Amino acid sequence: MSNQKSHRKIFIIGGTVGLIMFAFAFAMVPLYGLICKRAGLNSTAANNGLLSSVSAETKEPADLTRTVKVQFVAVNHNGMPWEFFPRTKEIVVHPGENNKIFFFAKNTTEKTMSVQAIPSMTPTEALTHFHKIECFCFTQQTLNGRASKEMPMIFRIDKDLPKEIHVITLAYTLFDTTPKETRKG
Amino acid sequence: MTQHEHHHAHGHDDGHHHGGHIEHSPPAHHSMKNGIWAWMSGWLFTTNHKDIGTLYMLMSLLMLFVGGAMALLIRLQLFQPGAQYFDPNFYNILVTVHGLIMIFGVIMPAFVGLANWMIPMMIGAPDMALPRLNNWSFWLLPFAFTLLISSLFVAGGGPNFGWTMYAPLSSTYGPPSTDYLIVAIHMMGISSVLGAINIIATIINLRAPGMTWMKMPLFVWSWFITAFLLIGAMPVLAGVVTMVLFDRHFGTSFFEAAGGGDPVMFQHLFWFFGHPEVYIMILPAFGIISEVIPTFSRKKLFGYEFMVGAVAAIAFLSYIVWGHHMFTAGMAVGTQLYFMYVTMLIAVPTGIKVFNWVGTMWRGSLSFETPMLFAIAFVVLFTIGGFSGLMLAIVPADYQYQDTYFVVAHFHYVLVAGALLSIFCAVYYWLPKWTGRYYNETLGQWHFWLTLIGVNLTFFPMHFLGLAGMPRRITDYAPQFTEFNMVCTVGAFILGFSQLLFLYNVLSTMFGKGKEADSRVWEASHGLEWTLTSPPPYHSFSTPPDLREITHEVDEKYVHE
Repeated sequence: MSNQKSHRKIFIIGGTVGLIMFAFAFAMVPLYGLICKRAGLNSTAANNGLLSSVSAETKEPADLTRTVKVQFVAVNHNGMPWEFFPRTKEIVVHPGENNKIFFFAKNTTEKTMSVQAIPSMTPTEALTHFHKIECFCFTQQTLNGRASKEMPMIFRIDKDLPKEIHVITLAYTLFDTTPKETRKG
Repeated sequence: MTQHEHHHAHGHDDGHHHGGHIEHSPPAHHSMKNGIWAWMSGWLFTTNHKDIGTLYMLMSLLMLFVGGAMALLIRLQLFQPGAQYFDPNFYNILVTVHGLIMIFGVIMPAFVGLANWMIPMMIGAPDMALPRLNNWSFWLLPFAFTLLISSLFVAGGGPNFGWTMYAPLSSTYGPPSTDYLIVAIHMMGISSVLGAINIIATIINLRAPGMTWMKMPLFVWSWFITAFLLIGAMPVLAGVVTMVLFDRHFGTSFFEAAGGGDPVMFQHLFWFFGHPEVYIMILPAFGIISEVIPTFSRKKLFGYEFMVGAVAAIAFLSYIVWGHHMFTAGMAVGTQLYFMYVTMLIAVPTGIKVFNWVGTMWRGSLSFETPMLFAIAFVVLFTIGGFSGLMLAIVPADYQYQDTYFVVAHFHYVLVAGALLSIFCAVYYWLPKWTGRYYNETLGQWHFWLTLIGVNLTFFPMHFLGLAGMPRRITDYAPQFTEFNMVCTVGAFILGFSQLLFLYNVLSTMFGKGKEADSRVWEASHGLEWTLTSPPPYHSFSTPPDLREITHEVDEKYVHE
């Protein structure tokens, strides 16, 4: 009755399934991003638009009959020692025109640090109509200790922006991306 | 290998050399008369399913009082507003460790202990299929829980982010003791997966001749399916806590937005484990209730095939509904609707089960011994917990209930009034079989009624608190919630202290008090375990029983309609 061989078979199959499920958790890391992007499930997928640039050229003139107020907010991620704020707190723009504003950043520490600014926007309906032509958020910014920088952003709001949107708020959170080894040293 | 060689190989040369010959002298380590060393090494190295089952049950009993003491401290703090007794961080630690201990230290080990004791006896096997593995599965646990509880005493305090361990609370902001918790979870995970493999191997390979799949007792069926849930779900938890460990110490960014990770992915992975986990904690309970109700109704279980199918359906659904735990975490409308509908679908097989339990009692010849009382209370109270679960499944309603005491009420109704009551039910039901003696019925009934009153007094007002907007996991609250919180605390202390009756009743029965039981124990008991003596021989079935004969005898006990 008692059959050691088939016990072993079940043990091996069961153990393998366990290991596969362990690996499955890690496989979710790439799959998760892929699924969300493909299905457009997550607002982070739409947010990716805020991180890529568009061409500066516009063929059509700006819609001067309409104005939109754009507000800028800067937040330091928990524990970030930098000074980080927008030079322009808010600006009134016409859809279709290119605008340029500056954010100021200063590394208040003695060490060289790299940062990444992550954008988020309200209302989310404006996400697909807000185009960045140039932005400090496209790349990581590196500053030496005590150094500061005026960081430009050029953007355009397209003319298809839903009529009911009059105010757009763009917030940046500054994350520390300094590699761990240099952070300790 | 023949069967008795099989025993021999597992290290028990204590007089069971002849298959079929029942030996009544207990093994050396069952009493201290043979010296403390024999006692210790006996329990430490035992490969016997009954010994290991007993160890699991005793550890679970110990942890019930540890986790219960934490629950009473939580309720003490919440007796009135103002965070009177300890600081908020310690309160958070209590909430976290209470949850972890009750889930991984009480409910799961108790079910595994019951599986160890009962499955070989129910299917006519001599022991579990992989006895050494069984020993190891158990002995990982005391170390895991020592580690978890010692995390309370290291600098920085114990884990304080809730049992769900959400990143970044556990990764970026977790106290140093989080690493203790992670390693403890790894050990529990290994223990559970090995235990599950063992159970599957036992059920597939060691059934007595004639014990076909559709003749298996429902407890065996429910554990067979639960074992698959364990193998599928526990490694995912191990994976996700490993990622947290990497994020904490090795500079990865699995859940760190700054490095391209996503904290919401933690929630997806956690609940992909977490939802099967809640069924791991309730399916064996379904099995127990399906054994007890027919006995005390003196009828066969109504709709056996549907009961098996319902358990399988619930287990399948449990893998595809995890999103209902995170409706408010940011999710597309279509996804929310999908998770809402499949979650509500679970009510169908669960409804079948409740209907069939009631159907079993219908026109039965009922008697109300303690196990039956617990079983009936289980059916009623678990249904209440199921209904509040349905309310929580509705997306717009969930936006209101999320993170309130309504959720606390819901999962305590399914885990305390459900899982824990079913464990009490099982212990009272099988204790005479295990020990050869009846427990004290009067004390058992007192324990039941006090527990019933305690459970409802503690957890029912939490529904109202949640609907009125009291958030969960807070150490202090607005004064308008005071009265209900006082009721909850009084109920919790009744519930907590009435468990001392249970402790006394079980221990005194174990140590030889109480009327001696015959092998059938209950008038209408059914199944192979009742054909063995009480207490059963050290190795259950040295020769496989002939199921056809026994089934015939059992069938006569029932009134057929």
